[in-house]
Order: sequence, then C-alpha cells, then structure tokens
Amino acid sequence: MPVDMRARIGLVELPNLVLAASGCAGAGRELAQFIDVARVGALISKSIMAEPHTGNPSPRLTETPSGMLSSVGLQGPGIDAFLQRDLPWLLSRGARVVVSIAGQTVREYAELAARLSDTAGVTAIEVNLSCPSAEDAGRLFALDPQRAGSVISAVRGSARYDIPVFAKLAPDVTDLVAVAGACVAAGADGLSLINTLMGMAIDPRTMRPALAGTYGGLSGPAIRPVAVRCVWQVREAFPSVPIIGMGGVRTGRDALELLLAGASMIAVGTEIMHDPAACARVLRELEEALAALSVDRAADVVAQAHGRFPGGLAGRT
Amino acid sequence: MLTLRRVDAYHALTLVAPAIATKFRPGQFITVAVGGPETSMLGRRAFAVHDVRPDHGGTVEFVFDASGPGTRWLATLHARDALDTVGPLGRPFPLPKDPSSCLLLGVGYGSAPLFALAARLKERGCSIDYLLGAQSADRVFGALTARRNGRSAAVATSDGSFGARGPVTLLLEQIIREARTDVIYASAPVSVLREVTAIATRYAIPVQASVDVPMACGTGVCMGCVLPVTGTDGITRMVRSCVDGPVFRGDLVRWDDLNTIPFDALGAPGWSGAGPGGRPPGTPRDRGDPSPRTPLGPPERQTYAG
Repeated sequence: MPVDMRARIGLVELPNLVLAASGCAGAGRELAQFIDVARVGALISKSIMAEPHTGNPSPRLTETPSGMLSSVGLQGPGIDAFLQRDLPWLLSRGARVVVSIAGQTVREYAELAARLSDTAGVTAIEVNLSCPSAEDAGRLFALDPQRAGSVISAVRGSARYDIPVFAKLAPDVTDLVAVAGACVAAGADGLSLINTLMGMAIDPRTMRPALAGTYGGLSGPAIRPVAVRCVWQVREAFPSVPIIGMGGVRTGRDALELLLAGASMIAVGTEIMHDPAACARVLRELEEALAALSVDRAADVVAQAHGRFPGGLAGRT
Repeated sequence: MLTLRRVDAYHALTLVAPAIATKFRPGQFITVAVGGPETSMLGRRAFAVHDVRPDHGGTVEFVFDASGPGTRWLATLHARDALDTVGPLGRPFPLPKDPSSCLLLGVGYGSAPLFALAARLKERGCSIDYLLGAQSADRVFGALTARRNGRSAAVATSDGSFGARGPVTLLLEQIIREARTDVIYASAPVSVLREVTAIATRYAIPVQASVDVPMACGTGVCMGCVLPVTGTDGITRMVRSCVDGPVFRGDLVRWDDLNTIPFDALGAPGWSGAGPGGRPPGTPRDRGDPSPRTPLGPPERQTYAG
C-alpha cells in the first residue's frame, strides 16, 4: 500500500512533505527542466527583498568536504519582479510556493509580508532571519532572540491571518531554543531549521580567503548532524510547533532521520545542485524507507526518536 | 562511459549518451557528478562538449585536465563505468546568417568546443581560420584538426615550444587583417577573452566569447557563476554563465569588472537606474534577461553507461 506522504501548512494541504529549500531551487524554472514542480511538496523561493539586489562579488562558492561554502549575498530580482514574473509562473505550473523574505530592517520584512498578503497563491511565508540588520550594526537578526522575535511579530502582524509564518533560524547561536522560543512567542506558526553554518576557507595558492565575501554559509551533508541536533532540541522544547527540517539531506534515509528528530516536513537544499532531480528522488526513497518499516503515514514517524512511544512503531499496527 | 584516452596533457572522455548527442548544439556543455555515489564532492563539474558522433546511437566527448580531485577521479574511470551526466546545458554559439570569414580562437583545452562549431559553420559556407594557444606544445588542443580543416591555423605558446612564442593575442591582429575576419569565436580564460574583445572592438568585429567560469551546479540554482553583463537595454546585470551563457557577446561582458559588483549594476548597493530619486514611474525594475532565449530542448539527466 502506498504510504501517505501528505503534510499540512496552515490551511494548505501539501501532497507530500518533501520541499525544495530556499536558494537551492532558483525561481523554479531551473528545476522544471528536470522534475515536475507540482510534485514537489512546496517550493521555498529564494529569499526575496524589497528591491533588486546584485548579491556579492565572485567567487561566491567553494566546495568543502561533503559541503558547499557559499556567499551569494541574496542576489535577487526584488519583490516586484518576483510577483510579476516568478510567482505567476510557479502557480501556473501547479506548484505550491512558500515565499522566503529577507530584509535589513524590521519594517522592510513587514512591508514584504504585507505585499505577499495582497497576492493569491502564497502558501506560507518563511522569514529568513540570517540577514544583517541595518539597525544593529550588521548583526544577523537570527543571533538575538529579541531581534528575531521583533521581526516575526512585525511579519505576523502584517501578514494575512491565513498565511502561516515560518521563522528560519541560524544554528550559529549559543541557545537555539531561546531564539526559537522568542519566535514562537512572537507568533511564528512554525520554524525552519536550519540555515547554513558560518564557515570560511582559504585558498593556499593565493593565500587569500576563497570567497570574495570572506565568510560563507556551510551547507550539505557536512552539517546534517547539526541539523538533527537542532530539530531535536527545538522539538523537545516546543512539541506542538511544526518544523521544516533541512540541512544536508541527500537521501530518503536522511529525510527520515530529520522526521524522527521532530520535523514534520523536510526540505532538500544543496543536494539539488548535485542532483537537479533530488526532490523527486528523496521523496521516492523516503516513501520506500517508510514502506519498509510498515509505516502507513509519514506523519506517524515524526519525533519518534524522542521515545514517547516506547518500542517505536513495532507492534503498533 | 565508453572510452577515456590521453590527448597530450589532457584526457578525452567519450560517453554513450544519445539524448544529449541529439539535442547538442556547438558551445553547449554538460555537467558530471564526480567521486561516485557516496562522493564528498558536491559540485558538479562542467565541461564543454568537444564532439558528438552518431555511433552507438549517439556519443558525446569532452576534454579535461586532470588537475583537481574531481578531474583526477574522472581520469580513473574505465569503460562501462557509469557516469552521472546532465546536458546539453547553456546557450550555444550563434551562427551567422550569411557565409562569413570566421576566426576560431582557443586557449588550452578551451579550444575543444570550436571544432564542432567549425563543422556547422562550414555547412553554412563560412571559411574558418584557427588561432590556438597554450602554455606549451602539449597543452595546445586540436592543432592537427585545425590544420587539416581550417583555411589557416596559427599557434602561439608561452614557452615557444609550438608556433609563435607569446600569447595568442600577439598574432590576432595580423590574422584579422589577412583573413578579413567577420566574426571571432573565442573560448579561453577570461583574461584572454578580455584582450581579444578589446582588439576586435578596434576592428569593429563581433566576438562570441565562451567564458570559463567555475560552476557548482550548471543549472542556474547556485548563483555561483555570475558575471556582470550589459543587456541590450543598456542595464548591467549579474547574470549566470551557466544559463545565460556560457557564450556571450564579448562587447557586452564587463571584463574589467569581473569579480566585482559594478556600482551601476541592477540592484548594486545604492543602485538607482534612473538617477537620483529612483526610477521614473512606470519603469519596470527588472526588464528580464539580458538577451532573448533561444528555444532549446530540455537537458537530459541520466546515468550513462558504455
């Protein structure tokens, strides 16, 4: 019997719980050459800003062991072009779209959320809090519970009531649960865990940083154990808050690991660069892995590793 | 994979890949995953297609220099090993409408994509002159083919071990004058492309430049291979060389501003396309891609075995 892979974000039912992570699926068109974007659970857009943004100079990417270090700097067309061109295209293809937003001020985030609320077809808003705050000397919002909370509260306040708001958090913090708690208290409907870890590489030939932006965000399988830990900790603290788990998912097995840690949806990111059809493959592999465990519904394994059902699913038929 | 052979300092790998061979147009590239299924190397490696042949239903050949961990792994493959391949990708070389005098300039194994292009140009009655260069004789790719099927073929090497001693640009002006070149097709490091474009501009000759910018995905999602290119609307954008290139009109690439964000690029810090006060009312903020997209078939992804 096929496994029920459905998931729910707010009022929208997703056909499956495997999403494409922000910044790894382009505007959707790039992936449509390889997979049917309507069959991805939802596509999380590149982070959209109020204005067009060039991003950082090159080199922007460098490969590290089982990882990718990147400092793209939020290159994007701005919300106008996104709403005119990218979103309608995705919707015309039957895709569900979670729109990631990024800003430099609390107000910018709130304005973006308001713009999205005037638009039909936005499944959810994901708030990328790993942006330098112009109001706090360039510190990332995600590093401070209070600042993260103030962004979420402003976004929740200006977003339409039926559009769920997910806070995407950075793992580079001393107390992730505190940041998650501040976001939940500020009205976040869910959390996206995790963003990249800050890293750095130096090219020994040039004796200079490998990236023009000096630091970069580390992604890929190298960070998967960090993602599992973060999802676990936050789930322990807030068992009723939905989590989109992401960070180094490469196979269905990796997706299952994040579900067991407490994510109710997962997103595939850097692996899409390696395998443009990764979302479809991970979904298939996850379904096979669940079928092999005699699980009927993917939702049944969420947070199973926390041991609230002693003995796991065995004998629970 | 079908065969792997040494070509002087390089390797040439041939795949049985009928779907790619059928759709391919000269100038396009493929990407391959390196290191096997459990690889720790996440970036795909991009290679210009050297040649496609109809045998075995369709084969694709690319040339590489085994200089890094990924390409060294490729050099260890054997016949019948599977290789995860995606292609054809990118925009091909545009072809002239009328028979023209074409100069094909390649440096190192960058010359690999020029020979399939030459075949197409010849079908259209174009005459072909080659100018090849490299560090040394063993790094000049395709000199024999160039001599055989070009109207002329000149070579320059940095160490003087083959042809003239010096950069290819040393011979460029002389060839342009003698061959009455109408268009230059160039595939070389960006520093050379910049020089070539500068010289060609003096002679009012268009350059179609295939850039060799490191890519991590080849499909447009990673945003790693951007370079500043001026659109036909006069606005500079940071465009991806994988989907908007790798072939660009030389005069539109801001060669002096590579690895920077030009202050006047769309969306640069403090950018205002319409001077102080922002854009005039009604002006779209982003007028889309810098040049119209040629309709091409979708790329194929498959694990091809010999």
